[in-house]
Amino acid sequence: MLIAGYVITALFLILAIRLWQLQILQGNEYRKISEGNRLRIIKVAAPRGIIYDRNGVPLVKNTPYYSVALNPQVLDRVDIPALAGLLKMDRDVIAEKIREQAKRSMYEPVRLKEGLSFGEIALIEARRSDFPGLSIDVDVSRDYLYGSVGAHLIGYLGKPNEFQSRSPDFKDVPTDAFIGQWGIEKLYDKHLRGTPGERIIEVDALGRELRLLSEKSPVRGEDLRLAMDIRVQKEAEDAFGEKTGAAVALKPDTGEVLAFVSKPSFDPNLFARGIEYDQWKELNENRRLPLLDRALQSQYPPGSTFKIVTAIAALEEGAVDTGTKVACNGGISYGRWHFGCWRKTGHGILSLHRALVESCDVYFYETGKRLGIDKIAFYARELGLGKGSGLELVRERRGLIPDTKWKEEKRKQPWYLGETFNAAIGQGYVAVTPFQMAELMSVVANGGYVYRPSLLMLSKKPEPVEKLKIKEETLATIRSALFGVVNENGGTGWSAKSSRVSICGKTGTAQVVGLRRESKYLSEMQRDHAWFVAFAPYETPEIALSVMVEHGGHGGVAAAPIAKRAIEAYMKSAGPATGAAPAAAGGRAEEGAVGPGEVKANENRQTTP
Amino acid sequence: MKIDRRLLKNFDWVTLALIVLLSVTGIMTIYSATRPPLPGGEMPSFYIKQLYWLFVSVFALIAIVSFDYVWLKRFSYGFYAIGLFLLLAVLFLGRTGMGAQRWLNFGIFSFQPSEIFKLLYVIAISCYLSEMHGRVGLFSLLKAFFLLAFAPVVLVIKQPDLGTAVILLLVFLSLMAAKGLQKKLIALILLIGLVSIPFLGNIFWEGLKDYQKNRLVAFLEPQVDPAGIGYHINQSKVAIGSGSFIGKGYLKGTQGPFRFLPEKHTDFIFAVFAEEWGFTGSMFLLFLYLSLILRGIDTARKAKDEFGGLLASGVSFMFTIYFFINIGMTLGIMPVVGVPLPFMSYGGTSLLANFVAAGVLINVRMRRFELFY
Repeated sequence: MLIAGYVITALFLILAIRLWQLQILQGNEYRKISEGNRLRIIKVAAPRGIIYDRNGVPLVKNTPYYSVALNPQVLDRVDIPALAGLLKMDRDVIAEKIREQAKRSMYEPVRLKEGLSFGEIALIEARRSDFPGLSIDVDVSRDYLYGSVGAHLIGYLGKPNEFQSRSPDFKDVPTDAFIGQWGIEKLYDKHLRGTPGERIIEVDALGRELRLLSEKSPVRGEDLRLAMDIRVQKEAEDAFGEKTGAAVALKPDTGEVLAFVSKPSFDPNLFARGIEYDQWKELNENRRLPLLDRALQSQYPPGSTFKIVTAIAALEEGAVDTGTKVACNGGISYGRWHFGCWRKTGHGILSLHRALVESCDVYFYETGKRLGIDKIAFYARELGLGKGSGLELVRERRGLIPDTKWKEEKRKQPWYLGETFNAAIGQGYVAVTPFQMAELMSVVANGGYVYRPSLLMLSKKPEPVEKLKIKEETLATIRSALFGVVNENGGTGWSAKSSRVSICGKTGTAQVVGLRRESKYLSEMQRDHAWFVAFAPYETPEIALSVMVEHGGHGGVAAAPIAKRAIEAYMKSAGPATGAAPAAAGGRAEEGAVGPGEVKANENRQTTP
Repeated sequence: MKIDRRLLKNFDWVTLALIVLLSVTGIMTIYSATRPPLPGGEMPSFYIKQLYWLFVSVFALIAIVSFDYVWLKRFSYGFYAIGLFLLLAVLFLGRTGMGAQRWLNFGIFSFQPSEIFKLLYVIAISCYLSEMHGRVGLFSLLKAFFLLAFAPVVLVIKQPDLGTAVILLLVFLSLMAAKGLQKKLIALILLIGLVSIPFLGNIFWEGLKDYQKNRLVAFLEPQVDPAGIGYHINQSKVAIGSGSFIGKGYLKGTQGPFRFLPEKHTDFIFAVFAEEWGFTGSMFLLFLYLSLILRGIDTARKAKDEFGGLLASGVSFMFTIYFFINIGMTLGIMPVVGVPLPFMSYGGTSLLANFVAAGVLINVRMRRFELFY
């Protein structure tokens, strides 16, 4: 019996030692786990800042985005077939999601289905008691009020990708929250995002919220006021209709981007509602490339719109003056090559003014010959061609301004005079983006001042980046000629003529293939690109823009009417000179107005060459 | 019936005080474990039911100590037969709960025959051994096994209630040891044990139900854990460990009421207690149980006859085995076998049976001097 007593005491001693180990040696550790069991820290996404247009019109709205999640504590008890029936999902998909989440974390809920409709939510709520551990989460997503209008500029929200979720930039962002993935939404994500709040709650083993222990409210994201005018934007996009192309409108006295069109566009709401793979694939593989930002990511030969550059170079260099006359009889010959004018019957004898108005090719062949390619290239670059916008909106193309050095380096060939002829009328190697052409028009319109383009509305007139050393009278000559293009008899831009505002512009028809045939005989993909670059009004320019219609045929026919509608919409919307917000929208807009600091940040970003 | 005043004087108040203290602690812990997690929630009535059962049990204990335990000897095989019949009945008529058929339903209440049986089993074996002469040899061990242990062990395994089956075997062996084993038999048992371990494992494994296999796997390799049993052990360890030195305080524990801990008011009640009372409280509880059991062993030593001695040892061993398996399970050093903690776990049959068993201890102790009068 004594032995039994000792054995029993020994057994108790084993238990006591184990208790010592768990409660004394590992006590703190277990207490932490127990707290972790009970307490859950939930990040609460902050309401995202609203994006307004320059007149205070909201372009987006925050909307709840519902998803259903499963608490990990119930994973071993979950009835997957029944759940699959409730959520109308495949069993294997559910099982796979659970497995994947288990690999990452045992304590975070498993998102089963996202972007629930109200019908689905009602169904789940009704059967909640049959599925313990099921919860409905709410994130903030976006409703893009104008759909595809301005989609390339405004951008869209999406779930962070793997790279982003690991990046320190997003460490504050709640898991599964939406972040800006393109456009303004991405560029200004930090400002729009705000600071997420935190809720510390006590939960039971099924993850049910028992009580709130502490709460830190989220701080709402900053509102943004875009330089863009939604009425101009919408009018331009409507004017495009089904056509493919791009248009950019700038405010010449500030550099603000008034419109930013790329067609065809896409519906950003698809992304904000958690785009399905099929839909994404459709967009990505669409032959018309809706996801391509044609204003910055596509480059085209500028065609006759480039004659503005050639004309400026010629006047500045004294290659021609306003009185210089050239005879056009439908083309010139150089060696064994023939360089035709677009009008085969010829323009007769004309001055620079009429050469621009009628877009005579022969006049500019002659001018080009007198200048040489390097002079043309110098002025083209001075005027902003061949370099990036600095907007950082997308990975943009920089266009191409060829010269002799470039030809030798890249092509290992000497430059030929015939190539100068082509370059002088914006053909051959010359390539520009629609955004660059709008910037060019802005400089022409404002008398040689270069401003940084700004996507946000500026609270005060910015200092120009530089004043080009181009004589004011040169630009005045050009402006007068551009007025003639639209308003004089025989002007190629007649279809942009407006009874409300004095529009100045230049047409361009850029060859896609080497054939010079009437557009109507060519298939769509071979047809010329149509350009129209413009500013208005003639006396005190308030808007400068470029319109490019891919395979649109003649610039005066396809592109000029679009420019006219956009300019008229702006003149009606903005009123003279100021562009101030209408009183009605004022209160709301003030709240979202961007402070000077904001603008500065934007400017700094653009100092990279 | 006339109660002898000397008997009253010799009444074992210490044992009674210990078990009542343990039971009251149990009821307090049941209250804490089942309380609603939020104030104002509905309070389940488990603790009230357990309180009623405590009163019933105290009366049962008084009834048991009123008769001389020698009287038990006369009816021991009869009781044993009735117990065996109940075990058989539970297989055919029983109610299934938690994957096993352990309950007999009598309309207003249901009970677990195996809880009652274990005491009848101790009485029968004690009776059998007390009539045997000399130490236990191989033949007498096998004979006793097939006569008394084989049938109930098989029936209990069939329920299936592996934990109770193991306890029945251990109680049988420890009683044999208390009677005294021949040296040759001790050597033989050791030898057989060593040789058969590798084979036994396999046979044993094949005979297990899936949930039993899961429990064993979870115990041996918590990382593999096919059905999340390791989660239970883990939560139990978290509850106990988080109690630290002085505990979170009564009604301050979170593992139980927030449902992290399974079986919180039955098999895992110790975890809830240890979370709230910490190392100090747990050591005090261990001390109470150890006192109860060592006093039982002392009773066995002082008993007036061999039957009484075996009876007291059997009950003490039974308490020890239950206690060690249950606490070992909550501490993660024994597999999860679903064995209640005597006096503290929620369950009327178990409480009643343990009080009756303690009554037997008291009975043996208070009548230890009777021969001299």
